[in-house]
Amino acid sequence: MSDTETSDTDEQPPMEAARYPDGSILYPTHPVGPDGNEPVETVDLSEYPATLITWTTSTATPPGVREPNSLAIVEFDVDGEPVRAIGQLTTDDIEIGDTVEPVYAEELREPGAGIREPESQAWDGYRFRPVE
Amino acid sequence: MERVAIIGASMTQFGQREAWIRELLAEAGEACLDDAGIEGSAVDHLYVSNMASGEFEGQTGIANAVAHDLNAIPAYTARIDQTSSSGGAGVYGAWQSVASGASDLTLLIGGEKMTHRSTAEATDVIASLTHPAEYKHGVTLPSFAGLTARRYLHVHDAPRESLAKVAVKNHKNGVDNPHAQFQKEVDLETVMESPIIADPLRLYDFCPITDGSAALLLCPESVAAEYTDDYVTIAGIGGATDTHVVHERADPTVMGGVVDSGQAAYEMAGLGPEDIDMAELHDMFTILEFLQSEGLGFFEQGEGWKAVEEGITDRDGELPINTSGGLKSKGHPLGASGVAQVYEVYKQLLGEAGPRQVEAETGLACNVGGFGNCVITTIMEAAQ
Repeated sequence: MSDTETSDTDEQPPMEAARYPDGSILYPTHPVGPDGNEPVETVDLSEYPATLITWTTSTATPPGVREPNSLAIVEFDVDGEPVRAIGQLTTDDIEIGDTVEPVYAEELREPGAGIREPESQAWDGYRFRPVE
Repeated sequence: MERVAIIGASMTQFGQREAWIRELLAEAGEACLDDAGIEGSAVDHLYVSNMASGEFEGQTGIANAVAHDLNAIPAYTARIDQTSSSGGAGVYGAWQSVASGASDLTLLIGGEKMTHRSTAEATDVIASLTHPAEYKHGVTLPSFAGLTARRYLHVHDAPRESLAKVAVKNHKNGVDNPHAQFQKEVDLETVMESPIIADPLRLYDFCPITDGSAALLLCPESVAAEYTDDYVTIAGIGGATDTHVVHERADPTVMGGVVDSGQAAYEMAGLGPEDIDMAELHDMFTILEFLQSEGLGFFEQGEGWKAVEEGITDRDGELPINTSGGLKSKGHPLGASGVAQVYEVYKQLLGEAGPRQVEAETGLACNVGGFGNCVITTIMEAAQ
């Protein structure tokens, strides 16, 4: 699997998570956290490595999605606080427990090819790449 | 609060049907009213469980449409959408309408028309329930199943074959269900060698795309005998939600909505997992049968796979699971599935399940929406 759209440009936006008053950090951000309170600050997860919790390679992909599409759930360690995220993988040569790093992609799937209104959400984001 | 009885039930042939959504819903609705010998005009409330008739077919307003087709006028009517658990949510709504005293006679019809769409399109309609942070990565319900299955096998040291045995068991059960989409056995080798869909899961780990509908008729138990001697009661029902964003759950192999809805249903019924004689679980993917049988307390966490290996959940086992063939072989017309689960329990408790019949006085149905995002658990008892 190749990822020609993946880049490490300086213009990439943050992989934004939110920290809540009880110390928990959630990705994506939510208006209120597990303790019912609004976030106190944002955290850029793109600066942290993560550990692979599980992964799959999907061969039955919807319109506008690369095929096959390898996906992972990963866990970041932000100064002792665990934060999970889901995202595409840059490779399927990977195992549970491997260390990965976020790498920015301008377009993860083709906006408008699927059922969701293209203007309703962002289509860029972070894939996960194994750390050698 | 009134105790609620189910006095009639029906389901259509599941599979690839020529009928469109209105016709499918009317077919099950008519059959259910006929089963109970009741005219549509006698119905107080009419609920229609359906996830996406607008998206699939361009037909909205189906609750009113089917009310007219069944002459259920001027009944109060509404469509109930809770994605894959729309059927279960319909059972909850129908139960609530009678238990509260708002309705003396409620008809529930669940249905979906899907097979005219390609697999990719149908997958995308269903995947549209995901959070934008998931959807943009091309996350689908099957891919959640692959992610969860790999984690489950890894953490619990379970063999891949144990998942395949769920498919083998449920296909075997489906052979005796004349309404099932697949009435055909599959062997272990066929499952294990079928094409990969979301590894480690393969084609036969997934339910098909299906058209079909099912219906139930409910009234207060206090008047059920005026309609029929053959009825079952809803002893307990619980509905619960979990996070919309699936990866935020503390343990990826636990469905909190299953645990919470099950506990609520057990508490209302005054029963526990040991009291359940048979269960219909939402095996949209084979891995879900493990997660639900553990979440509902039938087996310890991480032990559900062993029960399948040991034959405990076979039709002639201690706790038969998915005697109908499950979603796996019966098919999964989204809004119909939760209703059809209750239909199977109803038939089993009345002793009308034919070659599928097991000994059961208490049965449970667990209907899962999204990837455990919303769950309804219903416990039923044979009339005393």
